[in-house]
Amino acid sequence: MSEQLPIRLTVNGAELSAEVEPRLLLSDFIRHRAGLTGTHVGCEHGVCGACTVLVDGEPQRSCLVFAVQADGAEVETVEGLAAPGAELHALQQAFHEEHGMQCGFCTSGFLMTSAALLREHPHPSDAQLLDAISGNLCRCTGYQNIIRAVRSAEAKLAAQAGDGTPAAAPAGDADGA
Amino acid sequence: MAREPLVGRSVPRVEDERLLRGNGRYVDDIAPAGCLEAAFLRSPHAHARIKAIDVSLARLMPGVHAIFTGADLHGQVEPMVFQIAKIVPPPVRESTGAWSRVHPMAALPTERATWVGQPLAVVIADDRYRAEDALELIELELEPLPAVVDPLDALAPGAPLLEPEWESNLALHYRFSNGDVDAVFDSAAVVVEEQFRSHRHIASPIETRGVVAQPDPYDGRLLVWSSTQTPHQLRDFLAGALRRSPETLHVRAPDVGGGFGPKGAIYPEELVISYVASALNTPVKWIEDRSEHFLATTHGREQVHTIALAADADGRFLALRDQITHNCGAFNILGLVVPYNSLTHLVGMYAIPAVDVEMRAVVTNTGVTAPYRGAGRPEAVFAMERIVDRVARRLGIDPGELRERNAIPPSALPYETGMIYRDGTRQVYDSGDYPELLRQARRLVSDEDWEARAGAGREVGIGYAAYVEGTGVGPFESASAQVIAGARVRVAVGSASQGQGHRTTLGQIAADALGVPLEAIEVVGGDTNAIATGFGTLASRSLVVGGNAVAKACAELRAQVVEAAAGLGFEVGADDPLPLGPMAALTPFNPGRPAGAPAVLRAQAEYYPGPVTYAAGVHAAVVAVDPRTGEVEILRYAIAHDCGRAVNPQIADGQVIGGTMQGIGGALFEELVYDDEGQLRTASFMDYLLPTASEMPEFRTAHVDVVSPLNPLGVKGLGEGGAIGPMAALANAVEGALAGHGVVVRSCPLTPDRVRALVRATEPPVPTAQETT
Amino acid sequence: MKPAQFAYHAPTRLEELLQLLADGAGEARVLAGGQSLVPMMNFRLATPETLVDLRRVQALRELSVRAADGALLVGAGVTQARLLREPAVQAGFPLLAAGVAHVGHPQIRSRGTVCGSLAHSDPTAELPALALAHDARMTIARAPRRREFPPGSTNRTQPWNSQSERRELAADDFLVSYYETAVEPGELLEQVAFPPLPDGAGWSFRELARRHGDFALAGAIAVVAPGRHARLVLFGVGDRARRIASVEELLLRAPAADAVPGDAAALLEQIRTQVPALVAAAVNPSGDVHASADYRRELAGTLAVTAIAEALERAR
Ligand SMILES: Cc1cc2nc3c(=O)[nH]c(=O)nc-3n(C[C@H](O)[C@H](O)[C@H](O)COP(=O)(O)OP(=O)(O)OC[C@H]3O[C@@H](n4cnc5c(N)ncnc54)[C@H](O)[C@@H]3O)c2cc1C
Ligand code: FES
Ligand code: FES
Repeated sequence: MSEQLPIRLTVNGAELSAEVEPRLLLSDFIRHRAGLTGTHVGCEHGVCGACTVLVDGEPQRSCLVFAVQADGAEVETVEGLAAPGAELHALQQAFHEEHGMQCGFCTSGFLMTSAALLREHPHPSDAQLLDAISGNLCRCTGYQNIIRAVRSAEAKLAAQAGDGTPAAAPAGDADGA
Repeated sequence: MAREPLVGRSVPRVEDERLLRGNGRYVDDIAPAGCLEAAFLRSPHAHARIKAIDVSLARLMPGVHAIFTGADLHGQVEPMVFQIAKIVPPPVRESTGAWSRVHPMAALPTERATWVGQPLAVVIADDRYRAEDALELIELELEPLPAVVDPLDALAPGAPLLEPEWESNLALHYRFSNGDVDAVFDSAAVVVEEQFRSHRHIASPIETRGVVAQPDPYDGRLLVWSSTQTPHQLRDFLAGALRRSPETLHVRAPDVGGGFGPKGAIYPEELVISYVASALNTPVKWIEDRSEHFLATTHGREQVHTIALAADADGRFLALRDQITHNCGAFNILGLVVPYNSLTHLVGMYAIPAVDVEMRAVVTNTGVTAPYRGAGRPEAVFAMERIVDRVARRLGIDPGELRERNAIPPSALPYETGMIYRDGTRQVYDSGDYPELLRQARRLVSDEDWEARAGAGREVGIGYAAYVEGTGVGPFESASAQVIAGARVRVAVGSASQGQGHRTTLGQIAADALGVPLEAIEVVGGDTNAIATGFGTLASRSLVVGGNAVAKACAELRAQVVEAAAGLGFEVGADDPLPLGPMAALTPFNPGRPAGAPAVLRAQAEYYPGPVTYAAGVHAAVVAVDPRTGEVEILRYAIAHDCGRAVNPQIADGQVIGGTMQGIGGALFEELVYDDEGQLRTASFMDYLLPTASEMPEFRTAHVDVVSPLNPLGVKGLGEGGAIGPMAALANAVEGALAGHGVVVRSCPLTPDRVRALVRATEPPVPTAQETT
Repeated sequence: MKPAQFAYHAPTRLEELLQLLADGAGEARVLAGGQSLVPMMNFRLATPETLVDLRRVQALRELSVRAADGALLVGAGVTQARLLREPAVQAGFPLLAAGVAHVGHPQIRSRGTVCGSLAHSDPTAELPALALAHDARMTIARAPRRREFPPGSTNRTQPWNSQSERRELAADDFLVSYYETAVEPGELLEQVAFPPLPDGAGWSFRELARRHGDFALAGAIAVVAPGRHARLVLFGVGDRARRIASVEELLLRAPAADAVPGDAAALLEQIRTQVPALVAAAVNPSGDVHASADYRRELAGTLAVTAIAEALERAR
C-alpha cells in the first residue's frame, strides 16, 4: 500500500479533510471522494475541459492537478454556482434559455470557465471570450448557442450588479439569477 | 376551445436544470457500494497470434481481485455473432445481389488479435489506479502476423486474411445497375472520372463509454447500466451471449454524454463486465478512458469511391458509375447498414437516368467501423458532390446553377429512384422542394463582397453540397403512457436520449395528444424495465418513429381517460383539455378511488413506420484560402434544410448546427491515421483535433420545411443531416478557391499541409539556398 | 489513464527543495504547473519515483523588473497567467505578452509556469523561442554537494546549506534538444531573466497552429532595430527553437529608419526573395500527423518573411 497524505481544502465553501494517495487526481477526488459528480472527466489529458473547476478563483483542469496539490486551496465546482433549491446562477439560466447544451456532459466545464472569465472580465472582448471557451470541447452544440449564452449571462450579471461593479457573484452565493 | 399546440414551439428544455446544477447521472456517477473497477489489457499489435497471457504476477498485486482472459471466458460467454449484419431483405437481394457475411468476435479472443486495442484480458481491482498497475505486470506473448490496413490493399491477391476460413477479405458485396450505363458513357458530351477518399473519423462524444454491472443478491437479476443508445438491444444481446433469459437482465442507459452512432453498437466490454460482475457476484464498473475510446470505440466514414459522371453539353446528368470500397475494420458488425446507405443516398436530389454502383466492403486489421452520424451518407455525398463540381468546372457552368438544372422538381414528387431502400421497400422521395433549397442556400451566400472580406493574398471559393436523407427507418418503436399520481402522465419510450432533448420534444407531442400541459408529462426512456421492447435512438429515427409511437399511445390514453371521465360524470369534448385532476384519483390503492372506476389508465402502442420519409438539405460554404500557407478560413457556412414539421425549432436548429460543426471538424481537422503496421497514430485529443469555438464559422440557416405525408405528425428526422454536407461543401469551396491553380481535392481533412501541397504541386520548384546566396 | 505511484514532497524552503531533488538521485522530478508532466504521467509515459512540488516555495514566486538593467525576472513558481496579468509585462514586454498569449488556453496558463515550459523544452513551444528572441538568461540552482562534517564540529545548525550552487546560462546554451535542456537531474531552473528589447527595435510574433491555442506547426519571431540589432527565431522546425544567423546578418545590413525610402523597399524585396531559402537551409523539421517536414520547412520561411516585414514596420 502506498503512502497516504493528509489534505485539507474547501470545496464550495465547505471544509474537507482527507487522506489521499499522492497520485489521486483532483478530478477523482472531487467526484469519488467528495461525491460531487457534476464535474466530469472526458480525456484526462487536459484537452476537453469537462473537468474544469476553479482553484483559488482560477479555472483549472482538475485532471491535471493532484489532490495533494490542492491542499489548502479553495475549490469551486458547478454545484457551488447555485445553492440547491435556490434560483439558478445567471450563467446556468442563460445556458438553459439559449439552448447552450444538449447532452450536458461538457456543460459544467463551460460554466466554470465562463464564470471565471466573467469575474475577471465582466465585459470580455470577442477574442477574450473565444480564447477562454476554446479551452473546452463540446461535441453536441456546435458552440453557437454557448457563445450566445455567455453573452446573455454577461448582460444578466451586469444588470444584477448595476453595471460597473464586479460582475460574477462568488460561488455559493445563492442569489444567482 | 382548442389549446394552442405545443408542437412547433421552442419550449425550453425540461432536462436542463438537473444537468446545469451538476445533478445529472451519467454512468460514471453510478457508484454502488463495494463496486470494483476494471481495466482492459489491449492488443498492442494489429494482427498477432496469442501465444500466452501470464497473469500470475499481476494477480498477486494488492487490491487486485481477479483477472480474466479469453480462456477463462471460454464456455461462459458466447462469441458475439452480429446477426443483424447478415440480414439482407429479399427485395434488396433481388435488386442488387447483395450478400453479407460475418465471423464471430470472441469477447476476449484466445487465438488471434486482429486490431490494435482489441481487449485481451480484464483486471478487476479495488479501483482503476490499481487495475492499471496490474495491467503492467501481465506478461503477454504475441507472435505478430502480417496486417492489412488499407481497404484496397485488403482486396489485393495475397493480402493477409482476417478470417482464415474466408478466401478473401470481402465481407459484403452488392451491385445496383439501372439503364445502359456503358452506352451512355460512350456517347456523352462530357465524362469525368475521379477517385475520392472519405477518410476515417471517430464520433468521439465527450463522455466515453462505460458499464456498471450490479448483481441483485435478492433475485439474482443483473442490473446493467451502460452509456448506450440501444438498451433493449443490449439486453437481448447479453441474454444470448450469457445464456440467460432476458427477464433476468435489466439494462438502463442513464444520462448519456453524447452518442452520434457508436454508442448504438454492442461491445465486448459490455459482455465481459456483465459476465464478470455475475461471476464475482459483486458490482463492477468499467469507464473507458480516452485512449481506449480512440482504439476500441467504433470508427466511421472510411470509403474509397471511383466515380464517373456523364453529362450532355448543357450539363444535364446522363449516367453515374461508382465503385465503392468500404472499410469495415476488423469485423463486419452491422452489415448493410452503412454500405447500403451509401447507395441509396449517392444520387441525392438529382434525376439521373442510368446508374451503376458496386460496393465491396472489406475487413482489415483496424478498429471496427459502424454508423457515425450520417452513416454512409456523408461518404457518398462527398463523392457525388465532388464529381458534380468537377463536371461544372469542365463545362464552365456555375456549380450552383448546374445543381439547379439537375434537381428533381417538386412536380415530380413523389419520385421513385428505381432503387430498393434498406428496409426492402421501393425508394420514393415523398416530399420536398429541392430547387428551392438550392435557391435558398445560394441566396444565403450572395449578399457580401467576399473578396473584400478575405483581403489581399487570399482566394475565395464557394462550395455546395446537396443531399437527401431517408429518415425514420423501422422496424418499430414502442411507447406507453400511464396516468400516475399527482395528475401526471408518465410516458415511457424505447428510444433514450443522448442530448437530443427527447424529454422535451416527446413531452410536447404527448401533451398535445393528451390535451394536458407539458408540466404534467414525465418522459422516461432508456430503461428495459420501463418498457419491454424498444429499438433505440439512432439513424435519425427517434422523432419520426418514437414520436409517432408516443402520439399513438397518448391518443389511446386520452380515449381511456375520456371514457373513465364520462363514468364519473364529466363530459370531455374532442378539443377540450383533459381533466387529469379528477383522474388522478384513478390510481391503484388510492382509497379515494370511486367504486367501479378503473384502477389503471394505461395505453401502450407500437408504431411501425412505412417507407422512410425524406429530409433534404443544401449546404453552402464560403472559404478564404491562403495559397502560401494552405490555411482555410470559413467566412460563412449556410444551411438550407427541410426537416418536415419541426416539433421544437430551437432544438431542431441545435441539432442541425451541432451536426454541421461535427462535419466541419471532419472536413478540416479530424482524421484517424493508421500507419502501415496498423498502429493508430492519433489516439489522443492532441493528435485527433475536434473543432473548438474558435473554429466555429458564421452560420446562416433557412428552412424549406415540407411536412411529411408519410406519418401522422408530418415530421422528418434531423439528427444526422447537418453532418452530411460539410465534407463535400468545404472540399468544393477550397477547390473553387484554388481553381486558378488547377488543383483537385480528392480527400479531407483540408489541413494547411494538404492544401498547400495541392498548390505546391502546381508551382514551379523553389530555388534552393545555394542558388540564391 | 491513471498515473503510477510516486512519492510527493512540497517543501516550503528552497534549500530543502534543492536537497530533495539532489537526494532523488535523478529519480526525483520537479513538479511545477504539471500541465506537461501530469498528462504524460496519466498516459504512464512518465513514471517518476518522486515529485518535488515547488508550489509552496515563496522565494520562487518572484516577478519583478530589475532596477539595474530593466530585465524582467521570472521565478520558477510564476504561472503564465500571472505573467500575462502583470502590468509591467503588458507595458514593457509586448513581445513576451503577445507570445505567451498563444500558449494553450486560460485553463492551462493558470497553472503552467514560464520556467516549466522552458525546462520542458518542447520544440514547438512558444516560450523557449521568446527566451531566445529576448536574449534571456537562465539561473540554474542545485544543492551543494553534501559536506562531511568533521567529528565534533559545531557547525551543524543548518540542515540545508544555504550556499546552493548556481550558474547562469544564456538561452542558447540552456536549450539543448527535444525535451532536453542544460538542467541536469537534481537541478532546478530557478529563474529566468528577460532583458527588454533594445530601444527602437520592432518585433513580431507569428505562428500557425491548426486550431486556436494548439502547439504551433511552426512559428517565427523577429526583432529588428535596423542596422543595430536583429533576431530571427524559428520554432517548431527542428529539435529546439533556433536563431537563424544567416538571416540576422542580412537584417543587420538593413537601412536605418531615416534612410531613403527606396532602400527600405529594396530591403523588403531582398527579404522576400532570399529569406525563404536561407531559412529552408537552416532548419531541420520533422513530420508528424499534423504536418510534414517539407510543409514546416516552407512555412517557416513564409512566417519569417511576414514576421520580419512586420517587425521592420514597427521599428519605423
Ligand atoms: C491542452 C494543453 C495545451 C497546451 N498548449 C500549449 C501551447 O500551445 N504552447 C506551449 O508552449 N505549451 C502548451 N502546453 C504546455 C504548457 O505550457 C505547460 O504548462 C508547460 O509546457 C510546462 O509548464 P508546467 O509549469 O506545467 O511544467 P510541468 O508540467 O510541471 O513540468 C514539465 C517538465 O519540466 C520540468 N520542470 C518544470 N519546472 C522546472 C524547473 N523550474 N526546473 C527544472 N525542471 C522543471 C518537470 O520536471 C517536467 O519534466 C499545453 C498544455 C496542455 C495540457
Ligand atoms: S478531463 Fe480534464 S481536460 Fe479533459
Ligand atoms: S452538450 Fe454534449 S458535449 Fe456539449
